[in-house]
Amino acid sequence: MKRSKLALTLLAVAIGVIGCGKEEPKKPAATQAPAAAPSIDIKIGHVGPLTGAIAHLGKDNENGARLAVEEANAAKIKIDGKDAKFTLVAEDDQADPKVGTTVAQKLVDAKVAGIVGHLNSGTTIPASAIYNQAGIPVITGSATNPKLTEQGFKVVFRTVGRDDQQGPAIASYLADTKKPKLVAVIDDATAYGEGIANEVEKTLKAANIKVLPREKGTDKTTDWKAVLTKVKGKNADAVFYGGMDATGGPLLKQGRELGIKAVFSFGDGACTDDMTKLAGAAADGLLCSQAGLPPQAADKKFLEAYKKKFNVDPILYAPFTYDGANLLIEAMKKANSADPAKYLPELAKSSYKGATGQIAFDGKGDRQDAEMTIFTMKDGKLGPVAIIKGGKTTDYAEFMKAAGAAK
Amino acid sequence: MDIFVQQLINGLTLGAVYAIVALGYTMVYGIIQLINFAHGEVVMIGAMVAFTVINALAAAGLPPLAVVLIGAGCAIPVCMLVGYAMERMAYRPLRLAPRLAPLITAIGVSIILQHLAMLVWSRNVLAFPQIIPITTYSFFGAIITGVQLTILGLCFAMMAGLALLVYRTRLGTAMRATAQNPLVARLMGVDVNRVIAATFIIGAALGAVAGVMVGTYYGVAQYTMGSVLGLKAFAAAVLGGIGNIPGAMVGGLLLGVVEALGAGYIGDLTDLCRYGLGPAASCADGGHFVLFGSNYQDVFAFVVLILVLVFRPSGLLGERVGDRA
Repeated sequence: MKRSKLALTLLAVAIGVIGCGKEEPKKPAATQAPAAAPSIDIKIGHVGPLTGAIAHLGKDNENGARLAVEEANAAKIKIDGKDAKFTLVAEDDQADPKVGTTVAQKLVDAKVAGIVGHLNSGTTIPASAIYNQAGIPVITGSATNPKLTEQGFKVVFRTVGRDDQQGPAIASYLADTKKPKLVAVIDDATAYGEGIANEVEKTLKAANIKVLPREKGTDKTTDWKAVLTKVKGKNADAVFYGGMDATGGPLLKQGRELGIKAVFSFGDGACTDDMTKLAGAAADGLLCSQAGLPPQAADKKFLEAYKKKFNVDPILYAPFTYDGANLLIEAMKKANSADPAKYLPELAKSSYKGATGQIAFDGKGDRQDAEMTIFTMKDGKLGPVAIIKGGKTTDYAEFMKAAGAAK
Repeated sequence: MDIFVQQLINGLTLGAVYAIVALGYTMVYGIIQLINFAHGEVVMIGAMVAFTVINALAAAGLPPLAVVLIGAGCAIPVCMLVGYAMERMAYRPLRLAPRLAPLITAIGVSIILQHLAMLVWSRNVLAFPQIIPITTYSFFGAIITGVQLTILGLCFAMMAGLALLVYRTRLGTAMRATAQNPLVARLMGVDVNRVIAATFIIGAALGAVAGVMVGTYYGVAQYTMGSVLGLKAFAAAVLGGIGNIPGAMVGGLLLGVVEALGAGYIGDLTDLCRYGLGPAASCADGGHFVLFGSNYQDVFAFVVLILVLVFRPSGLLGERVGDRA
């Protein structure tokens, strides 16, 4: 009985697989028939939180991808001899891993050719398994948790650096310039926050700096007083928080209210200009890091196009999702096909000059030689102070000079 | 010691806000045995309205206190209106329905209000303009800010005011009569519907003030902020004995203090290295091996709630729950 059930299931799966296999070649034929000039519809998915605490960042990511898609349409790209018409299918994952996988399945069912996203590490990691199964390439411009590319999935790429590159960068900058003796490390118990906090702790310990037992909140915590009072009692002279700006702002403000004089340092999630609004004058002196180059160091052409199209400046990761979408399109162009199986090898071999500089992937899908930038808050404005690349710290002004010379 | 006092102050401030919100839950429950899950959303709307007003006036050059007062002055009537509207439209038609119906309606109202707020104020985290300068006072070695002092003072004043209203005025007498037996109260000439509406309106006004306080204290407001705050305040109301007004005050303050002390000390208390039990590798050189960290902050509050409910099912001060069921 059991065996026959198994056989039945196998048969069903086999039929399903064959069915799917048969369906695909039919599709272009169907789209070809009605149009006089042959054209091909290519759907590119984008996923990020469009509701919830970090919806502003999600929208920023989506705008980046949208700009790339619209530029590609304006450029009248031909794929397989047909006019390529790109559409962006934007979905909302609410920064929730459960919703993230549902939305991922939805995009797979909608037969998108490639995906840009998701924003959070916590949503990208579970969703990547679904994309991997479907064989659809996914490029994230903001998920920095190392685990994402350590799963052995061939379809996963990122245009941004990893926490285990970013964490050490901010931690070593902190250790070198502020020379703290005791550091309190706090995180928001998300995959991102915990990941980067772990890396910071590791680097600090390696530099023989004492670290207090980890304190935690959640990604919705606004009352940090209890945790901060404890930190104050231990006389920590630096604080690192792994989390987003919506929780980091109150943390910083309450820390100053309690009279904590320690240096506060954040990861990229809380490295936004919103920090001044969220924490007011207390934000001054904040140190924070961003994976990659700051938006204002992105390609001029991109910045102008973005501003013109959306009437705002990119907040954080838009240049990276812009590059992500462009990489997909570029690989399709080279492979002369929008079939994921055909253009995936081209994507892996990419060597592309994007808005965030030269992009090439290593074997895992991580960006080679990702830059990290350290910022400091002064008079209500975040200004880059140093670029860290391959373990080497360069002063920001010098870096820009060198980049200017290269251009 | 100063750290302990500091945690106590943190807890009391948080607890005072919980208490004010808890009053809204407990008053409504006391009078119609309805857990108004939408009350957290009223608090959120209070914060949002105050945000809009304060944001608009921030650059006008008025003194900060006046700006906040105007903000509260706008938030309170809006919330009263919301409170009245939801009673009139969502709960009154269900007055005679089985108890489960209004409860589910309350959850529905909560979702509707949340999403309306999302449409009006966007889904972003709204940052209050930082107009109030941080003034700090030293108190037994701990630091208390002007905002905290104001919150504490205002909360106690509101609690006292509510107690006066309930126990010393005609409306209060009518409310207590309705709570005891709505049918008999009606026979005695009490306009029950009006009393219930008044209860919702008063609760909403308190919620509005709580919203303004939370918004200005933490500096952020968002359309989802009501749910967690509401849940904690509801827990506080149950802790004190739901339906009991002094109970909500005690429950709120207690919950806030337990949360602050819990988050502040659980890490140290469960540090195995203190007791010589932790693994040598992590304990060496003054290291730590912490079993439970501050991530258990929320758990703490609810553990206390469960303990109280196990040993005193009617809550700390609640007495007359049994005679109603």
